[in-house]
Amino acid sequence: MKHIALFRLLLVAGAILVLEALCRTNIISNFTMIPPSAMVLAAWQQLSQGDALSELGYTMTNAVCAIIISVIGGFAAGTVLHALPRVRHAVTPLLASWYAIPTFVFYPLLVVLFGLNRGPMIALGALFGIVAMVVSTLDGLDRISRAVVKTGLVLRMHPLQTALLIKLPAAAPHLFTGVKLAVAYSLIGVIAAEFILATAGIGRGISLAFNDLDNNTMYGLLLLLVAVVVLINVVIRFCESKLYARWGLK
Amino acid sequence: MSRRYDPYVLVVVMLLAWQGLAMLVGPDGLASPRVTAQTLAGMFGTETFWHNLAATGEAFCLAVVISLSGGLLLGLFIGLNKFVTDLLDPILNVLYAVPKITLYPVVLLVCGLGMSAKVTFGVLHGFFPVTLLTISGVRSIRPVHLKTARALRLSTLQTMRRIVLPAALPEIFTGCRLGIALALLGTLVGEFFSSDRGIGYALTQYVSRNDVPSITALTVLLFTIASLGGLGLLALDRRLHHHSKTGDVS
Repeated sequence: MKHIALFRLLLVAGAILVLEALCRTNIISNFTMIPPSAMVLAAWQQLSQGDALSELGYTMTNAVCAIIISVIGGFAAGTVLHALPRVRHAVTPLLASWYAIPTFVFYPLLVVLFGLNRGPMIALGALFGIVAMVVSTLDGLDRISRAVVKTGLVLRMHPLQTALLIKLPAAAPHLFTGVKLAVAYSLIGVIAAEFILATAGIGRGISLAFNDLDNNTMYGLLLLLVAVVVLINVVIRFCESKLYARWGLK
Repeated sequence: MSRRYDPYVLVVVMLLAWQGLAMLVGPDGLASPRVTAQTLAGMFGTETFWHNLAATGEAFCLAVVISLSGGLLLGLFIGLNKFVTDLLDPILNVLYAVPKITLYPVVLLVCGLGMSAKVTFGVLHGFFPVTLLTISGVRSIRPVHLKTARALRLSTLQTMRRIVLPAALPEIFTGCRLGIALALLGTLVGEFFSSDRGIGYALTQYVSRNDVPSITALTVLLFTIASLGGLGLLALDRRLHHHSKTGDVS
């Protein structure tokens, strides 16, 4: 297992080195891409001198709001849908094709609803994240075995006790998968909204730098953003594997 | 009331909710169903609309063909080897979670404006789910099946055709379903940034003019196409999964 991680690290390092070489030898022109080392330098400059940190903070605050709404709202909606099988049957195709709908076209509607502030950004992130959580909640509730619920009945547990002590732990692995997806999708939604429409945030910073043909700033900010997103995802995957190991799953 | 009517009831409920929301936010945010239907009918009469639809359709089809064939080949190559899977699967998962929209400046710098940028965007979105689910489908083939193939001295090509593909088909198809949905989203986003024709381009035009009835009309059209397509693919998907389950029992 250790070996695999080492190989993977070498592979990624090798890929970056090849890219560096291609950029340095001008096979990839600096108009198209600056060398990775220059990107790191630019990212550092943005962090220490530019206002990248506050822009990143703005984006991440929006993302956190969107994640909280998707996780809580998705869990609630999933629970309700699970209790109403006919409604669930009817909305299934909607849930299945949700991600093909370019959600950002709802922007004018959201601006009218929330005003021209961070509201529409958060709403777009939440719209993107919530469906993943709904689907995972439904999955989790479907897979609670009848035997454990009956055990609750035999022990004469209160419905609330059954919900908290039996159903919730039984559905937990799927719920965690839902949280993982909701985090990834909400982040994508918030960042996409910034790129397309924003008035602030790191997405707008990148758009502006691109329009100014300022490759240094652009790749610096891009590297920062991608690094943060990758880091968040890696941390969540790590937590997931730890939790699964604890629950005795794969 | 029979369950058969549930989807129609859902459509009616959605239309009523739409009408209600339109009345609530007024014509600046959302056009009413009646106005939208009129606008859509008007659009169908213009030549520009069909040109745009054809442009989007062409880019989308290309993106789907590249995503599915590339994802399938790479997924088979990776999935058939445990070491390669352990090595690359985490990297692919992290890449999948990166918001592809952040890469639009890079795509534009590499591809320039036009067809190739749109298709690249579609492929960036559609390629990963196909690859990841193909890998997981191939990895979950029972080892005894592959051993049988070796015992029967099947050639690599025969093993693929007779054992690997049929066994992994349900998961591969789920991957293709997700890939097709995301490729549509990717193509539209690509047109948003880098095109002079197509439905996504038309949408940017309407957004910048704040032409709410046309935005609503195109959104509803995309929504309908995506939902119907999703519904069809989902039905096929269910049948494949059902077959594979009964196949295991016999």
